Amino acid sequence: MRISLFIPCFVDQMTPRVGLAVARVLERLGHNCEFRPAQTCCGQPSFNAGYWDEARAVAIRAVEVFAGAEAVVGPSGSCVAMMRVFYPQLLTGTSHETAALDLASRTFEFGEFLVEKLGVTDVGARFPHKVTYHDGCHGLRELRIKEAPRKLLQAVKDLELVECDEPESCCGFGGLFSVKYPMISTAMAEVKAGSLARTECDYIVSSDPSCQLQLDGWLSRNGKQPRTIHLAEVLAGADA
Amino acid sequence: MTPGSSTADPHPIHEAEDPHLAKKKFLHDAAEHVRDTGHRAFVRKALGGYYASRDTQKARYRDWEQARDAASLAKWSAVNRLDELLPQFVVNFEANGGKVHWARTAEEARDIILGLLRAAKAKAVIKSKCMTSEEIHLNAAMEADGYGVVESDLGEFIQQLRGEPPYHFVFPCMHVRREEISDLFGKHLGTAPTDSPEELTMIARRHMRRLYIDADVGITGANFLVAETGQISITENEGNARLTAALPRMHISISGIEKVVANLDDLAVLLPMLATAGAGQPMTCYNTLYAGPRKPGECDGPEEMHLVLIDNQRTAILADPEQRDSLHCIRCGACLNVCPIFKNVGGFTYGTTYQGPIGSVITPHLRGLADWNHLSGASSLCGACTDACPVRIDIHHHLLHNRRNAAKTAPNRWEKLGHRLFVMVASRPWLFAAGGAAFRHTLWLMKKLRPPLLRDWLATRDLPAAPRASFRSQWRARS
Repeated sequence: MRISLFIPCFVDQMTPRVGLAVARVLERLGHNCEFRPAQTCCGQPSFNAGYWDEARAVAIRAVEVFAGAEAVVGPSGSCVAMMRVFYPQLLTGTSHETAALDLASRTFEFGEFLVEKLGVTDVGARFPHKVTYHDGCHGLRELRIKEAPRKLLQAVKDLELVECDEPESCCGFGGLFSVKYPMISTAMAEVKAGSLARTECDYIVSSDPSCQLQLDGWLSRNGKQPRTIHLAEVLAGADA
Repeated sequence: MTPGSSTADPHPIHEAEDPHLAKKKFLHDAAEHVRDTGHRAFVRKALGGYYASRDTQKARYRDWEQARDAASLAKWSAVNRLDELLPQFVVNFEANGGKVHWARTAEEARDIILGLLRAAKAKAVIKSKCMTSEEIHLNAAMEADGYGVVESDLGEFIQQLRGEPPYHFVFPCMHVRREEISDLFGKHLGTAPTDSPEELTMIARRHMRRLYIDADVGITGANFLVAETGQISITENEGNARLTAALPRMHISISGIEKVVANLDDLAVLLPMLATAGAGQPMTCYNTLYAGPRKPGECDGPEEMHLVLIDNQRTAILADPEQRDSLHCIRCGACLNVCPIFKNVGGFTYGTTYQGPIGSVITPHLRGLADWNHLSGASSLCGACTDACPVRIDIHHHLLHNRRNAAKTAPNRWEKLGHRLFVMVASRPWLFAAGGAAFRHTLWLMKKLRPPLLRDWLATRDLPAAPRASFRSQWRARS
């Protein structure tokens, strides 16, 4: 399959290794990856702040950029939810509505794509560590992804998966919420990171680089372990 | 009235004195509250017991998700037929001997109730739990007119003695420790200290018995109004609402117009859902249907029964097809119980009658979007509320809708400019890539200069160092 990579803007700038890991895993499974350099941001910051007219302009661009792609795969539940769930709403009643719905039907979050679309759970990775999985809220509740990442992790050689006591609690990132209401956002990070750390795992696995930014940011500032790692990096065989 | 306007209210107790300061007060109180780690842990622990019993009860449903569908449909069909069901309810309720009063605003509702108290030559009033009475600031108005008012729900009674509004609209004193209650009773009722919840309950009960008998008027809320029978359904765990409704000469019930349901079959779906979602119970202990005052030959019940039906901006929500489902709310509080914002900022920080996610959705409609939109902003949009809602209100998406409406009607000029600029950049891939590179290469400097927003992040969280090359340049190099 020819897969078009949907690389969130902060993955592009801050964690390019995640995008490369996604490509590595998909290529190892025999698929072709392309990156369309005209892609920019999904527009979620403006959408979530209420500036829908502004976000709409970005959404229309993205719909055009990914036109004709067989499958669009992104390593972020949040950005994929924007494209799959919110673009059709944002573009309802416009001439782009059909194209938005069409794109939505071909857009997948990375872990979900492997399990639900490709039917793969064992990607041949080895990761000799104890890990826990942090459910990102957009992946969990907008895309209804719960089992896919866990199935993938359970198939990784030498990996031990444990659950924390608040797997479905939000990390508190929430985009601009994290800086507009920093005290609430930080309190939420403290609760979630605390729950994750209590598992005494080596790594917190996540499918959302934005949650990673929040959790690592809080853990690092407070001198606590462990750190997060993206699901794609685990499946690509990274052994930090 | 449009959601953008607000109603003037002469009794703004327990809430930000000036509505224009509501956001400032919220930010201040939230910052204060998150520092109280002991309080936050106490509330989390209290809710831990609720989660366990809720899950036990949910598991007893053959299919909880289908039950949510049924409950949602019952409320949907009622809210979308208010024009038909409310008149049907009124005809049946008045045929049973009750009297209905319509109130467009909080002020009208207070005037009606004060008028009834005057006509009854009442001195003492006893109340059972009623959030609409909080919404219209009834206690302050009654006390200002010289009536003695006592809350008979244990949690509300404790809050009344503490001089605080309810912390949570279902669990009014969930933030209060047992020893604090013991001290409170010692101070106000002169009782000996005790650690036993049963004994604390008995203290309140002994104190209350006399008051039911002395009260001239009993005021209750209403959980549901059954159109086909004209009955008021009240659900409670302490039996205090029964005494409040039955012992005084006059019973006044207060209800929002959205509480009407078509028939007893719908009620049979909603009552267990309310109990399970709200308190983790299979059914609430006492479920009573009130069908009018005492009839000739009956041995008990009030001589007069009145129902005050309140609009107070509900018709404005009804007129908004996108958010109309927020009128489905049965005030179970499930969305508060799972909300990480509520758990971390506490109930008082909201400064509203209805706290938590549903409060953040409806308060801008009840009291003005310009002054209350910050509640919709104060959410990570995690969606736990929407998943918990037994009547499937699209709660967290309505927070987005409020944000959108506010950006349209009362935009922040700088914010709007920022988003315009962002879109301008995001529409030009070369500029977007150049901007990203500039951000990456100057991040170390920005961390030192700490401009707004980045400063807010860095105050409590680290930011990793930026990599040398972006994904797009590494990808280009690779192929």
